[in-house]
Amino acid sequence: MGMLHVVNKSPFEKTSLDSCLVYAKEGAAILLIEDAVYAALKDTAVADKVRAALKKCKVYALEPDIKARGMEVAKVIDGIDVVNYGGFVDLATAYDNVHSWV
Amino acid sequence: MKFGILVNEGPYQHQASDSAYQFTKAALEKGHEVFRVFFYHDGVNNGTRLATPPQDDRNITVRWAELSDKYNLDLVICIAAAQRRGIVDEEEMKRQGKDASNLAPGFRISGLGQLIEAGIQSDRLIVFGD
Repeated sequence: MGMLHVVNKSPFEKTSLDSCLVYAKEGAAILLIEDAVYAALKDTAVADKVRAALKKCKVYALEPDIKARGMEVAKVIDGIDVVNYGGFVDLATAYDNVHSWV
Repeated sequence: MKFGILVNEGPYQHQASDSAYQFTKAALEKGHEVFRVFFYHDGVNNGTRLATPPQDDRNITVRWAELSDKYNLDLVICIAAAQRRGIVDEEEMKRQGKDASNLAPGFRISGLGQLIEAGIQSDRLIVFGD
């Protein structure tokens, strides 16, 4: 499989998610961790961008980081899969390489 | 699968070292091998034995050391980054003429070649930083 892109910055603070979306190829996966989980929420200014990304990539969000920020998994955009750290490890093995947008 | 882990940020300031720890722990619990955890830049601050966080907070350094003990995990601190930030083992204490050393148990100090080797030997190198 393609590349796993790991994004850890809030899209309301930094542009790393935008950079990632420019470079992510069809069939790649994007994993939102740390402050990047804010991009996984419904009804935000970046929600449309994330929904558009879902048409060509798989998008995942880290559940412990969602909960640590007082957010509910129920408010995550439909189509985004929520994973725990074990799921993060599984994604890192399933995809051919991993790139962290730090 | 064999993982290499790179930690570029210090504890308690960024989430990077927490994320790196949780990922490493999950990988080991799933039966994967972690070839090495390499601490670079401010990440070297993960390896000071003098940090004393409050009792009800996680002790990031001790947590790494316990994982190292349980899984025989190789925790390597970059020497050049460590020297700049005052992370010193017994050998460096003598070599630099310092009056104390502060490297935590379970960690060792070595060079950047150890990161290159981790990149070559591991199937995946996962980077945690700011």
